[in-house]
Amino acid sequence: MLQKTIMESFYLLFSFDNELSIIVFTTLKIVLASILIASLISVPLAISISFMKETPKKFLTAIFNSLLAVPTVVIGLFVYMLISNAGPFGEYKLLFTPFAIVIGQTILAIPIITSFILAGFSKTDILMQETIKTLGAGTIEMVKTIAVEHKALILSSILAGFGRVIAEVGISMMLGGNIRFYTRTITTAIALETGKGEFALGLALGIILITIAILVNFFAHYSIKNSSNLRAA
Amino acid sequence: MLKKKFCLIALIIFIIFSILGVFNSANTYVFAKKDRLKLATTTSVEDTGLMYELNRAFKKSTGIDVDVIAVGTGKALKLGENGDVDAVLVHAREAEEKFVKDGFGLNRKDVMYNDFVIIGPKDDPAKLKDAINVADAFKKLSESNIIFISRGDDSGTHKKEKALWLDINYEPMGSWYKEAGLGMGKTILMADNFNAYTLTDKASFLNLEDKIKLVICYQNDPKLKNYYGIIAVNPERYKNINFDGAKLFIDFITSDEGQTIINNFKIKGQQLFYPDAKQQEK
Repeated sequence: MLQKTIMESFYLLFSFDNELSIIVFTTLKIVLASILIASLISVPLAISISFMKETPKKFLTAIFNSLLAVPTVVIGLFVYMLISNAGPFGEYKLLFTPFAIVIGQTILAIPIITSFILAGFSKTDILMQETIKTLGAGTIEMVKTIAVEHKALILSSILAGFGRVIAEVGISMMLGGNIRFYTRTITTAIALETGKGEFALGLALGIILITIAILVNFFAHYSIKNSSNLRAA
Repeated sequence: MLKKKFCLIALIIFIIFSILGVFNSANTYVFAKKDRLKLATTTSVEDTGLMYELNRAFKKSTGIDVDVIAVGTGKALKLGENGDVDAVLVHAREAEEKFVKDGFGLNRKDVMYNDFVIIGPKDDPAKLKDAINVADAFKKLSESNIIFISRGDDSGTHKKEKALWLDINYEPMGSWYKEAGLGMGKTILMADNFNAYTLTDKASFLNLEDKIKLVICYQNDPKLKNYYGIIAVNPERYKNINFDGAKLFIDFITSDEGQTIINNFKIKGQQLFYPDAKQQEK
């Protein structure tokens, strides 16, 4: 049965089904928006935390590390209660729209990106901060310099967030509602097709998901390696 | 220096909120337009593909996109209660009537019906085929100690199953009774894996028939009729409910056109749902 399923899934992959491409496109749109917003928040946040004194820094690092353990369904539930029509932001009618998923996934990605960047900052970075400070740089310049210096670290943190967000199913299912041609993402489609016993289609979608992840990672790492080479030369 | 840092963080937070604000208003404008209708329905209707056929015809005549959210009946009614959907199409008449009585919904209409069936292993170890009625069948199940998979998710099927256990004054318990907490399709697949019995609507079973070994062991008791009704969510409770759209959709699904689509909808030559709107109007 496994062999037959895999064969069928490859057939589906190369037939470029219209519905399949809509699902992939929806997923990418939502995930990229979430990652963009989360990065815009997390990168400055992590650098600001690294500027702090020892005690608050440790405290905040511990908080962000613990937030990594929050299950996606809990984030989904939390956002659901906020944006449900019976909740405080109900008037905007956000529930069961792609934007609802973006909110949830952004919340999911922020602690991941932040704590990965924080974990990457080492002792030498603190020395570097001091150096930049003594050279007379302002706060914004300092943030900029540090962000540029740690390009590779920031990128791989963002990619870690990307991997988590594109693979999650709890938030998309709960906040998006798995609406065909609208909020159906790769992972919710896999859940649906499995429920219908369509294992081949589920597996095909799984292969697409992994392929996207591989492509994005290779592209990102390749580009960062090139630019750092340029700087060295 | 500390003040500067504080200002920076405050600025960042401000930027974040303004971005969210922009998105928020854009979203309200773009996504919550009146030509989208949110309908919560049960997995059986969505998975079979019937909803897709109905929505395509509805879109053709009105231009309204129907967003189908497929969940169990219990959750669908809850979504309606919270005003998160504009209409619900479910199958649990008592719960539906309570929903309308409590002021959550308006304009309830019968739409269609099909049957519940008990499916199980081919050799039928609990001898359900000899049962004289559904109460007897459930009695046999309770005595046989063969695994029975319950939906366990407060869906219409689960409500029906609980009512049937109540009819024979029996509270299912023990290692043979497993609550899955899954949708209908997944529950059937689980039952297949355990070689167990389960209660399902006929449409969901026919949809999966090729992929499983289980067969229908008991059917055709009048008590196993499965009625689907549609209700518009009460717009007085929430101002942003698309009530006009919901009314249009209810009119459509109970019209001749909608009922014909339901009547003609077949999987592998088998009719899955029987239109029911006409009888009620008489």
